[in-house]
Amino acid sequence: MSRRLLYLLPLLTLALMAGFFAWSLLIGRDPAAIGSVVVGRPAPPLNIPALQEGQAPLTDALFKSGKPVLVNFFASWCAPCLAEHPLFMRLKEREGAIVIGIAWKNKRDEALAWLKRLGNPFQTAGLDLEGKAGLDWGLSGVPETYAVDGNGIVRLHFRGPLIERDLTDSVIPFLKGNTP
Amino acid sequence: MWARSQCIALLLLCALPALAVEPTEMLKDPALEARARQIGQALRCVVCQNQSIDDSQAEVAHDMRRAVRERLQAGDSDDQVFAYMVARYGDYVLLKPPFKARTLVLWLGAPALLLIAGVALLFAARRRRTATVAPPPLNEEERVRLSVILGDQWDFHPERSEGACGKQERSLGLRPRDDS
Repeated sequence: MSRRLLYLLPLLTLALMAGFFAWSLLIGRDPAAIGSVVVGRPAPPLNIPALQEGQAPLTDALFKSGKPVLVNFFASWCAPCLAEHPLFMRLKEREGAIVIGIAWKNKRDEALAWLKRLGNPFQTAGLDLEGKAGLDWGLSGVPETYAVDGNGIVRLHFRGPLIERDLTDSVIPFLKGNTP
Repeated sequence: MWARSQCIALLLLCALPALAVEPTEMLKDPALEARARQIGQALRCVVCQNQSIDDSQAEVAHDMRRAVRERLQAGDSDDQVFAYMVARYGDYVLLKPPFKARTLVLWLGAPALLLIAGVALLFAARRRRTATVAPPPLNEEERVRLSVILGDQWDFHPERSEGACGKQERSLGLRPRDDS
């Protein structure tokens, strides 16, 4: 009898594997997500020139104001940045959010022209022409957005464009002081 | 013959993996450049998920290659360069995952399964061996029955088949003797 039961083993193995695969599919995990190690840590160092010539450079002092700050890496050549741009305009106008823009691998003139054409949602903007600041922040491309709380700790990191639901689910609660 | 081998050599050369490392990125010191290549092959591009940064054309991969060379020129050891990248992008950037508590199943799962299967096979083989000990010798009655059974097929002796075992011929499915 116990020998007969042994013949069920392949079936059992199949059932186990099918269960595992079903669980992996349904859990909602994004296998392409690369995670972020910066969340929960102090904001990486920042020392870049201002996008507008003649303005003071952007430094870590921006994160020591005691207020939550959003940092958005963008570029004029980036289509998803264009897509999320209206959301940043709304964050600035309706929520009074402090947004710092960093033009990543973008020519100064082109980034400035882009902001002039679409409207400037940034309190201040910097230029990371060679992508060095991006590397320090663990950037994988543009657009990416970080939320830094009043103590200078990174709380959120979005890879890719922000969407409406990101605003209602996490960005606006974050700005209101409800750290996720 | 010469032309053919030259042709083959040329084809083999074409089959070499096309690295994305551009001449402008390379270091002048060949020893440092060789180390940079080795590190670059072991770092994973954060955009093109299954490529090393040496194979990837992504902007970020370019920045990472440059950062590796900058660190090496600054006198970092290979481990320090890896640590620099892990601090920014996490373990994700290592093509070879590190050996730690969270990756135990990854590293030891398959060998453990193999071990369990091996032990199970060993036990099964041992049990089979003990099960096949020689059966006890036949007694007289059994010997007669056996010769009847065998004899009925090949060498029929009517005097043996009658008597004690005559009835069993049928029940054993043997063809009954035709005496007429």
